[in-house]
Amino acid sequence: MADSETEAAAGRLPAPETPGYGPNVPLERSIFRFIMKYSKRQQLVVLALTVISWPVIYLTLELPKAIIDQAIGAKGGWARDVLGDEMEQIAFLMALSFGFLFFVILSGGVKYVLNVYAGRLGEQMLRRLRYMLYSRILRFPLPHFKKVSQGEIIPMITAEVEPVGGYIGTATSTPLYFGGLLLVYLGFIFAQDVFLGLAATALYPLQIYIVPKLQKRVIALGRSRVREVRGLADNIGESIAGITEIHANDASLYERAGIARRLDRIYTIRYEIFRRKFAIKFLNSFMAQLTPFFFYAIGGYLVIAGDMTIGALTAVLAAYKDLSSPWKELLNYYQLQADIKVKYEAVVEQFDPPGLFDETLQLTDDAGPESMGRTLDVVGLAYSEDGQSKTVDGVTFSVDLDKHTAIVGSGSSGRDELALLLARLVKGTGGRADLAGQRLDDLPEPFTGRRMSFAGPVPYLFSTDLRANLDYGLRHRPLRPATGPEDGGAQRNRYVRDARASANIDADPMADWVDYSAAGVPDREALDRKCVDMLRLVDLGDDLYRFGLHGTIDPGDRPDLAEAMLAARTALRSRLDESDRSTLVEPFDRARYNTNATLAENLLFGTPAGSAFDFDRLAEHPFVRQVIRDAGLADTLLEVGRQLTETMVEIFADLPPGHAFFDQFSFFGSEEMPDYQHLLARTSGQSAGEMREEDRLRLRSLPFKLIPARHRLGLLTEEIQAAVLKAREIFAGTLPDELRGEVEFFDPERYNRAATLQDNILFGKVSYGEANAAGKLSTMMGEVLDSLSLREAAMVAGLAHSVGVGGARLSAAQRQKVNMARGLIKRPDLFIVNEGIGNLDGAAQRRVLDAVLGEMKGRGVIWSLHRPGFARNFDRVIVLKNGRVAEQGSFAELDREGSALRELLETE
Amino acid sequence: MSLNEEVEILRNIPMFANIEPSKLKLLAFTSERHAYNEGEYLFRQGDEGDSAYIIVAGEADVMIDTDDGPLTVAHFTKNALIGEIAILTDVPRTATVKATTRLDAMVISKELFFRLVMEFPQIAVEIMRELAKRLEATNARIRELTAA
Repeated sequence: MADSETEAAAGRLPAPETPGYGPNVPLERSIFRFIMKYSKRQQLVVLALTVISWPVIYLTLELPKAIIDQAIGAKGGWARDVLGDEMEQIAFLMALSFGFLFFVILSGGVKYVLNVYAGRLGEQMLRRLRYMLYSRILRFPLPHFKKVSQGEIIPMITAEVEPVGGYIGTATSTPLYFGGLLLVYLGFIFAQDVFLGLAATALYPLQIYIVPKLQKRVIALGRSRVREVRGLADNIGESIAGITEIHANDASLYERAGIARRLDRIYTIRYEIFRRKFAIKFLNSFMAQLTPFFFYAIGGYLVIAGDMTIGALTAVLAAYKDLSSPWKELLNYYQLQADIKVKYEAVVEQFDPPGLFDETLQLTDDAGPESMGRTLDVVGLAYSEDGQSKTVDGVTFSVDLDKHTAIVGSGSSGRDELALLLARLVKGTGGRADLAGQRLDDLPEPFTGRRMSFAGPVPYLFSTDLRANLDYGLRHRPLRPATGPEDGGAQRNRYVRDARASANIDADPMADWVDYSAAGVPDREALDRKCVDMLRLVDLGDDLYRFGLHGTIDPGDRPDLAEAMLAARTALRSRLDESDRSTLVEPFDRARYNTNATLAENLLFGTPAGSAFDFDRLAEHPFVRQVIRDAGLADTLLEVGRQLTETMVEIFADLPPGHAFFDQFSFFGSEEMPDYQHLLARTSGQSAGEMREEDRLRLRSLPFKLIPARHRLGLLTEEIQAAVLKAREIFAGTLPDELRGEVEFFDPERYNRAATLQDNILFGKVSYGEANAAGKLSTMMGEVLDSLSLREAAMVAGLAHSVGVGGARLSAAQRQKVNMARGLIKRPDLFIVNEGIGNLDGAAQRRVLDAVLGEMKGRGVIWSLHRPGFARNFDRVIVLKNGRVAEQGSFAELDREGSALRELLETE
Repeated sequence: MSLNEEVEILRNIPMFANIEPSKLKLLAFTSERHAYNEGEYLFRQGDEGDSAYIIVAGEADVMIDTDDGPLTVAHFTKNALIGEIAILTDVPRTATVKATTRLDAMVISKELFFRLVMEFPQIAVEIMRELAKRLEATNARIRELTAA
């Protein structure tokens, strides 16, 4: 602890505790071994608590009898012996009653402690199991992911193992508790009469024999149910991934039919399962009732024959009634246990593919050899995915790590696989590759993942922002503690304790993991600048600038940037004024109606910062309605709304439904047209008071979207505009405190945190009446930002651009560019690229290739090229053909008549 | 200027004279209004043609590029319809149009224009008439210039 404190004080975190069980721990194939291995001690505690609860429960059952028989009935007995004969009857009753109360509370308390302990144990074990399974995914050999789908794996870890946790908590306590009860009652019965005891248990062997027989089939069905449900998840996942193809090929019926068949199979299995389960249940309860039948028949006969007293028979019957409940619980437990066993085994067997990555290579803190060495040497390297045909076959070459090497070949030449092999993403099936004096296969991931970069043809971007995607190559270990609410580390301590209890990693994902020094920069700010530089290098600078202008920043986080943007606002305004272009933007002015803005914007005179004042539903907000009434606008807006509706109906009524103009120009969609026509007819001649509430609201809502300069309908007269200005003042003046955070008012002196960077600089609305206003303004804004040296700041703001799920908000080409930048930022000694930039247009491909090679000058690049012509830019070319090296050398040497390279160049 | 005034302007253009007011309103409402400074280009020869223009106020010169530099071939004033050729034939702009005063124009998108031509044959006829007239005027001008 002392060590970690000093390290934390120095600003660096200690290395995270890696799971206590050590790397490469095998998954237990049976749930019982899993339980024993990881919770032996805790199960003993559960056992002890269960044993403790017995005498307590016994006393809670025994005391009531003593109260009735001995205190109220005033006979002598054990209680009186214990407490003494001389006690008065009332005092005796009270003593026993309070004793009863005490034991009730104690028994409840023990039960509570036991439940909580067992419940927590179950959760810990579930957490451990899930973590183990997830860790396994991180070790699956890459080719394995061609065989298993997300749809199958995800439900295993999320849903299928869920009941396992609950079971583990009760795994020892349930059988022990109810088994104990059963024994106690059985003992009682046998003590009364051995013969009857035998009768009571006569059918137990039959049940013990028959139930597992029946259960066996249910277990088998359970197994196939698990398989089918996985298949369902897989089918759904495929439909989502292939949704475009489904629509484009009119295959929705086919897919529906496929799902229906799957559902049918699940239905049949489930039906079969519960039919059998109920059959077992029926059998069990029948046998349970069969025993009393024997009691009545045989016991009755004995009583009549005078061999047994009627009192003894009644006692035995009562005991038998007690007996059936724990017996039932035990049978239920047996069924649950069998079910869980199936579930556990069905999951675990899926997480043990051959060829798992060695976990030590991932968890180690050993960063590998200091020096990369001078060459990467490949000798007889071979790779075969199916164990038969070799896609890479006996490849031998040596690559200088300060030179750039191109690998060219046709699509099936094995160059994809070779790139993956060299990046150690798949393991060779023969031969070897040596780097830094070691076998590539033996190098730890902290070496391969930090000193080398890899960029493939279909990069994945994580669904955060650009920044986090770019510095992904720098997050290897937590380095600096998270800054956040200080509670003396209590939260953190709890987190660490619980993580370790389940053998989870205890590192804090919220800490700062970014290794700035690996990128060659001192801090976040410098890294941001480096990110911008790299994105520029890969031809993404203009896009980044646009992302920045359309993004928002928090002036609390970046007061300097907010300040700078205000300066840009002033500069743009004076530039507009000077160049006689002031009409391009209509600035926000508290005292004037902005004719290029909607009525809603004019009324709010600010940007909605939450959902309360969403422009589309502004008219419905109670506070806004109040403001409208106070400003005397209620009837006016109603009238404007009616005129607007009339105009829209007149103009658009003849257009076919669904015409594009509705979306583009109308105030309501084509499907709403009949509604509004009826509305007009219904409200014709009505005063506001006579109208229905919803009609009033509908009519009043429409004018909120009116923009005088755009729609030119002449509906918002000067008087109405003046009234809206009044409403604007009332709105700002009477806004209740709880709504104050919902709107960010326009203020020429302040940065608006809810508005985009661009809107903050413009501080007004782009004029609809000016030709190409947006284009002219964007040029001017660029000039202003350049003159204030703010273009880079805007681009840094663009790093906060959210890339969407899997990077879906970026184009395929943009994703590839980001991926190349990500590979460069960590300053690799060796950059391995597999195609990497194939989605860029031709000219951009060449630019980015040149830029990346320029940036990597003096360091190693191995690039598997999709266009052999690019090989000209490399120091060395390796030509692959059918998985073998056809020739290698400099481009000039190989580019001759009849060479394999020439052949490739000619077909390009 | 309001929609009704724009409808009046459209009505004064021969091509649209016989069209019912609600259609003219649709045309006016779906078109944009743009202002140009003196010397600013509405479009240039070779640009992709995506809209036609109606001059609401101001004047403009039509020029074509020649080897000797731009040659002014026509001059337009209020109520003129310009640029419809490019949106009719999907060819790049055949001429450059430049505002010679402060100019106000209604800008009609290609899609809207086609809808109108399809739905109202009289517009098509008017366009033909206008094109023939303009061709003749241009030819006359070329004759004049070659003679000179």
